[in-house]
Amino acid sequence: MDRWLATILIFLPVAGALVCWLVPMRRFTLGSFATLVALVEVGFWVLAVERFDYSEPTGALQFERRGSWFSDLGVSYHVGFFPFALWLAGMAVVVMAAAIAYAFWSGRERPRAYFGLMLFLTGAIIGVFAAQDVLLFYVFWEAMLIPLYVLMGVWGGPNRQAATLKFVIYTMAGSLLMLGAVIAFGFANGSFDLVDSKPNQSVWIFLGFAAAFAVKAPLFPFHGWLPDAYRESPAEVAAVLSGVVSKTATYGFLRIGITQFGDPVKDLRTPILVLAVVGLLYGSLVAFRAPDIRGVIAYSSMAQMGLITLGLFATNLSGLNGAVLQMVNHGLISATLFLLAGAVERRTTTGEFARLGGMARGRPALATMLMTTGIIALAVPGSGAFAGEFLILLGVFVQGWAWTVLGAVAIVFAAMYMLRLISAVLHRDAPPTINDSVLDLRPAELGILVPLVACLIFLSFWPAAITDHSFGAGSRDLPGLFTFR
Amino acid sequence: MIAAVNTPSVDWFALSPELVLLGVSAIALLFAVLLPARLRRPLGAFVCAGGYLGAFVAAALVYAYSSEPVSEIADAISRDRLAALAQMFIAGAGLLVVGVSYSERMRDDHVAEYYALLAAAGGGMAFLVSANNLLTLFLGLEWFSICLYILCAIDVDLVGSLEAGLKYLVIGSFGSAILLFGSALVYASTGALRFGAIATSVDVNGLSDDVVLLTGLAMILAGLGFKASAAPFHMWTPDVYEGAPTPVTSFMSAATKTTALVLMLRVLTIAFPQETHLWRIAVAVIVCASLAVGNLAALVQRNVKRMLAYSSISHAGFMLIGIAAANQLGARALLYYLIPYSAMSVGAFAVVAARERELGQPVTLDNLSGFGWERPMLGASMWVFMLGFAGFPLTGGFVGKFYVFSAAYESGWVWLVIVGLVATAVSLYYYLGVVRSLYMRPSIGLQPAPMGGSPPAERLLQASVAACLVVTIGSFFAVQPLIDLCRNAAEVLPL
Repeated sequence: MDRWLATILIFLPVAGALVCWLVPMRRFTLGSFATLVALVEVGFWVLAVERFDYSEPTGALQFERRGSWFSDLGVSYHVGFFPFALWLAGMAVVVMAAAIAYAFWSGRERPRAYFGLMLFLTGAIIGVFAAQDVLLFYVFWEAMLIPLYVLMGVWGGPNRQAATLKFVIYTMAGSLLMLGAVIAFGFANGSFDLVDSKPNQSVWIFLGFAAAFAVKAPLFPFHGWLPDAYRESPAEVAAVLSGVVSKTATYGFLRIGITQFGDPVKDLRTPILVLAVVGLLYGSLVAFRAPDIRGVIAYSSMAQMGLITLGLFATNLSGLNGAVLQMVNHGLISATLFLLAGAVERRTTTGEFARLGGMARGRPALATMLMTTGIIALAVPGSGAFAGEFLILLGVFVQGWAWTVLGAVAIVFAAMYMLRLISAVLHRDAPPTINDSVLDLRPAELGILVPLVACLIFLSFWPAAITDHSFGAGSRDLPGLFTFR
Repeated sequence: MIAAVNTPSVDWFALSPELVLLGVSAIALLFAVLLPARLRRPLGAFVCAGGYLGAFVAAALVYAYSSEPVSEIADAISRDRLAALAQMFIAGAGLLVVGVSYSERMRDDHVAEYYALLAAAGGGMAFLVSANNLLTLFLGLEWFSICLYILCAIDVDLVGSLEAGLKYLVIGSFGSAILLFGSALVYASTGALRFGAIATSVDVNGLSDDVVLLTGLAMILAGLGFKASAAPFHMWTPDVYEGAPTPVTSFMSAATKTTALVLMLRVLTIAFPQETHLWRIAVAVIVCASLAVGNLAALVQRNVKRMLAYSSISHAGFMLIGIAAANQLGARALLYYLIPYSAMSVGAFAVVAARERELGQPVTLDNLSGFGWERPMLGASMWVFMLGFAGFPLTGGFVGKFYVFSAAYESGWVWLVIVGLVATAVSLYYYLGVVRSLYMRPSIGLQPAPMGGSPPAERLLQASVAACLVVTIGSFFAVQPLIDLCRNAAEVLPL
């Protein structure tokens, strides 16, 4: 069964989606069913973590399945997990389960379509993390967009149509450049396989891939879609977008950009690091000035993407380890914050700071959750985020001390915008609209949020769970997957 | 004294797909006069569907038993897998269109003739894709064109139908005339009618720079461009597609395009291999024009049939990339692309037909609002067809685009890949516009058709749409078997 684990993780939710679409069920049954499938998915992931062999120093591909899809161009269904991808997949299934449970709790309209799309999205995301054939990667990458488009366009806020259109135009522009790059890569390589591939020297092909990843992450200056999309999506979809979908982009940089394009990465390192730092600083500053909760989370998300890119393009072990850890951390943080934002918006019908405040009094559960997540998000020493950011800054120091200084400045900004968020929601004087009818978090909401925060706290205690098990245990060198040192 | 005429031996088996359809057409015509009115519709549809099914099976058998290409009947037609595969596509499309046609509100006194013409048109197309010389080429072209002229105009009660038929007649005849003139020039230059003989003659007589020959080639290309509705020969397409009864439109968009493109592939590669360097460029220019015209004009359409007409122009462009690549991969890509394209095209027009019958008026992006929630099955199918047209994964449309782009890349024309990618990006706007109407706008509320209330559930139309859905999605997963079929068919071409 181990050999099938990657395939099961991809297709279990897709099968669940088909059941949601085809079998008529009542709203309650449907929500329970979707949540159950998401939890079973988490269970399979736990099984995969338990079965994974971390001892191999090269961090070899595991749970591998390979079958020809169409042979004349050398395209195959080739899936499997590298250890770093397994952690990202874990973050994805946990966040998706929380998002689905949240949607169940908040009672979305047209539940058959909704839950089916959420489950389908889960399968597509896991597919991105597992695909070892570049065309298959592209297929899953595009398959993510279909449910996101509908989830945002049908269930989103009042300006959803414009936001959706902008989102689709940006991402498709990137994706089509990637499709061109995929074709060029495949023909240069002789097959579309990512494991048997030769290192590729073409800067143009690298840029084609990088365009898609830079838009989806997003990196500065490709973030035009971000504020609208994150504001207009339903809370749990925004959680998935910023928590999980953005990580598929940074994962793409890691799995395809850095492993396949040794020389182009070296040549383009400085411009990419510059974009990452600009995005980090710019995102942090805009987050500090944002007028609403979602604005802060959205731009802080963009800043974090810059930080993660900084770690990735340091291209050494501590940078990569830090980036993977931070991807998992930020996925959980961002999802938790968006779900909390959704909880606040449900109660007050607004996310604007001008009309919020004083929610800590009489609402201990909400205050505790937001405080804990916020404190971890601003990377207070001892938190998992601190470990991740420290490793990233350590890694990028090798490329030049200035990167580290600028990164550290941004971490100060992170404290500024996060504390502003916390105080604006929890601590300032309460406006008249925040009265006793605005309830504390309900048990069901706690049931969704506490596991997310528990994961964060676990990673704060033991970040080595990820950093020691991502690129081969205890090794001081990069695994052979990375074609250059 | 009467001189003994040497009649060529006739391979009836190779002709079986055409013969089945012709026979069915005759039977349906007899129904029109012999049967009482209430039986004409069900029995006419039944024999027509049976004919297409029979033609499909016959073509499949011809495919199976024709591993070596041969010229038949005094070299008039060629029995090979390319023709058989194209006949299978045409027969499949025809079968689906019968399901779409069944509930069309048509005057009962014409209904058996409708099915007779539908079968005869399919027979003409099946004949045309196996044409092996310039005479059978013209014969087949006129055969199916005349059927289509009448089919477009058959519903005289429908606003625009007569106009569509007349427009198609005038412009189609113009296209045919150009093709005929081109054929005459080619014959004048080479003295040969058979495709293979033209190539030999060019070789032997050193005609590859002959102006008459090249003019003839250009005119043949233009004539086929009319039928494939590729720009700049597309001007009839939007009006005819909009005006014709929707089932006829769906048949034209799938089967006519298949026929014209397969024939173009055959003529260019077999008859004019010496001119490859020239016609490649000509086809590439047609590709760019089609992609530009189709996509840009589709952006501003509100009428869904018109929008789909422009989309079919742009898809002619995408598929012609396979011919412009001028390699085996390109031929294979074109043939593969036709499978999901035909299914999506018939399916999309079928959904439009269903909505049209509900509303009793032309379908626009506005009155499609909320349709996806009211009719979950048809709505979801339309969604899939639009995503397929736009080249999203999980539909064969994605694999088709991937193949044609790969073929262009292999032939060394990266710029053509880029043109295709840009066109795909533009096309997203209007395809997703349909999805937006279906799901993201408040429902307009169902307004029953002005007379006779809402039509009953149309099982046959839904079955056709479901079959299109299965082909659209199935061709994404079953790429290998389909591409093997296409590879065997493409191998008869000297590429």
